Amino acid sequence: MKVVVPVKQVANLDDEFELDDDGTGVDPDSVEWELNEWDTFSVEAALQLAEAGDGTEVVVVSVGDEEADEGLLACLAKGADRAVRIWDDGLEGADALAVARVLAAAVERESPDLVLCGVQSSDAVAGATGVALAAHLGLPRVAVVNKLDYDAASSTATVERELEGGLVEVLRVRCPALLTIQTGINEPRYATLRAIKQARDKPLEVVELAALALDGAAVAQAAGARTRALRHHEKGEGAEMIDGSAADVAGRIAEIVKERMSG
Amino acid sequence: MSGVLVIAETRRGELRDVSLELVTAAMDVNDPAGGRLTVAVIDGSPEAHAQALGANGVDEVVTVTSPVEHFEAHVAQRAVEALIDELDPTLIVCGHTIDALGFGPAVAAARGLGFASDVTRIAWDGGPIASRGAYGDKLQAELDFPGRERVLLLVRAGAFEPASGGGGASVRALDVDLGDAVRTEHVDFVEVGAGDVDITKADFLLSIGRGIEDKDNIPQFEELADKMGATLSVSRPIVDAGWMSNARQVGQSGKTVKPKVYLALGISGAVQHLAGMQKADTIIAVNTDPEAPIFTVAHYGAVTDLFEVADELEQHF
Ligand SMILES: Cc1cc2nc3c(=O)[nH]c(=O)nc-3n(C[C@H](O)[C@H](O)[C@H](O)COP(=O)(O)OP(=O)(O)OC[C@H]3O[C@@H](n4cnc5c(N)ncnc54)[C@H](O)[C@@H]3O)c2cc1C
Repeated sequence: MKVVVPVKQVANLDDEFELDDDGTGVDPDSVEWELNEWDTFSVEAALQLAEAGDGTEVVVVSVGDEEADEGLLACLAKGADRAVRIWDDGLEGADALAVARVLAAAVERESPDLVLCGVQSSDAVAGATGVALAAHLGLPRVAVVNKLDYDAASSTATVERELEGGLVEVLRVRCPALLTIQTGINEPRYATLRAIKQARDKPLEVVELAALALDGAAVAQAAGARTRALRHHEKGEGAEMIDGSAADVAGRIAEIVKERMSG
Repeated sequence: MSGVLVIAETRRGELRDVSLELVTAAMDVNDPAGGRLTVAVIDGSPEAHAQALGANGVDEVVTVTSPVEHFEAHVAQRAVEALIDELDPTLIVCGHTIDALGFGPAVAAARGLGFASDVTRIAWDGGPIASRGAYGDKLQAELDFPGRERVLLLVRAGAFEPASGGGGASVRALDVDLGDAVRTEHVDFVEVGAGDVDITKADFLLSIGRGIEDKDNIPQFEELADKMGATLSVSRPIVDAGWMSNARQVGQSGKTVKPKVYLALGISGAVQHLAGMQKADTIIAVNTDPEAPIFTVAHYGAVTDLFEVADELEQHF
């Protein structure tokens, strides 16, 4: 069986980040990169399936520039068999729908039995890439899965879909299928530094859009939206910031708490 | 092409609150979008909800009967696509909810629509303009949809007040062939999260998040909560890591709380966390990151180290 896991290197803003000149993005120098938290759970779910079944291949796929290699190497170090990275400068700032379009072309080549995406990425928080990808691939999908039982004999996954307010739905889906994986479904493993070094010997294929019969215009066409302005939040109306030393802050908090609790 | 189509939500036979909130969101831009507002409900027995959906401002309620009793993402996708063909709306508004996350992006991708999720404001400037968070909600983005005649938005639950009922909308059943749309089999619903405490009953919650860093630090906050007369609650990563039971989780997939005081230590304020606590009477947030979105809902905030504050707080109780 083959499991494909799309993963993303996400942008964290550092303490002193700045907006770029046209005010629609942030200065790339004020961004730190790491593997998306949700993807650490989807990768782990795939690795556990591989450990449970003979001959299961786990392929991680990312749309991203060289920054994404670090995340892909970490996945390889944990036990993924192969990595594929797709990039073209025209993909800078691509939104979830554009990324899903590109992923579809790459995942189609693999004909996987299962595609496991993270529910969302911690920077874009769109929650859309996986389900949009499923639509392009024509696969059945289940969003926000927090339990997965795969039955190899019947190629059926019995999953729990996490709903709001402490309710889950148990349902069954025939594979090939796409699931978006929720945090807490498992305990993601860590890769040792040694394993990360060794992972450099595993295949990491870099693919250009043309090789997927795509071009920048087709991808731009797939984008759902354009950011026309980016600004700082107006901090909560009337929010009062408490300054001073930790002792001052604690003193003021204690005062507020006592006043409110007696009222 | 004109008008706004709202997709209502039901679960286990009940209309979900978000449905009438979406009507309010749609009303904000209904006039420039063409002035016709339709609410659609897709359900095993959709007629049961038609009247409640005829809120003020709604022109028509369209019912679509699903071949299965409960929500099914592929049925919803097929039904929404049929509704688009029938009504030709300029704007489609769904919730940024677990159910809509299962079909909204699929409709947008399949039909090549303009799309944005977790939208908190909709305006109009020649076409819809959507506001949403960016970079983990640390910034606010304004989006437009160049070249898109039709746009589908997933709107954050709780971002709009529910529309009031009592409108005079007409009701119409739309016949859609959905028999072969079903691609998953419903097995059961299960309630989780019952446990040792009921944080929804507490007047004072001391809530800790990933900022507390380590399991070994939990006892310190249990003691602090005891001293302060607070009940300890947590954000999701603390539960995911197995450090506390999910009975204590505040948020979209945890509990909704409305205490007199909510003191958040080391919680960033992700949308799913805010969903569970933003109605607290008084919110106090301590976080080292001045851009943490929790400060957008807090009444009092301090940008400082939570451990130092926690040590000092003990002295006061
Ligand atoms: C479908 C879905 C449902 C979800 N349901 C829920 C839910 O019910 N509840 C929930 O909470 N989350 C939920 N989440 C997860 C949510 O998106 C966030 O991942 C989560 O809320 C983050 O928790 P956090 O704020 O504790 O951690 P982080 O986002 O990692 O924030 C930790 C914060 O601590 C601060 N910090 C670090 N060290 C210190 C220090 N020494 N002093 C002060 N501050 C410090 C940091 O600046 C940071 O802001 C859900 C997600 C999805 C996709």
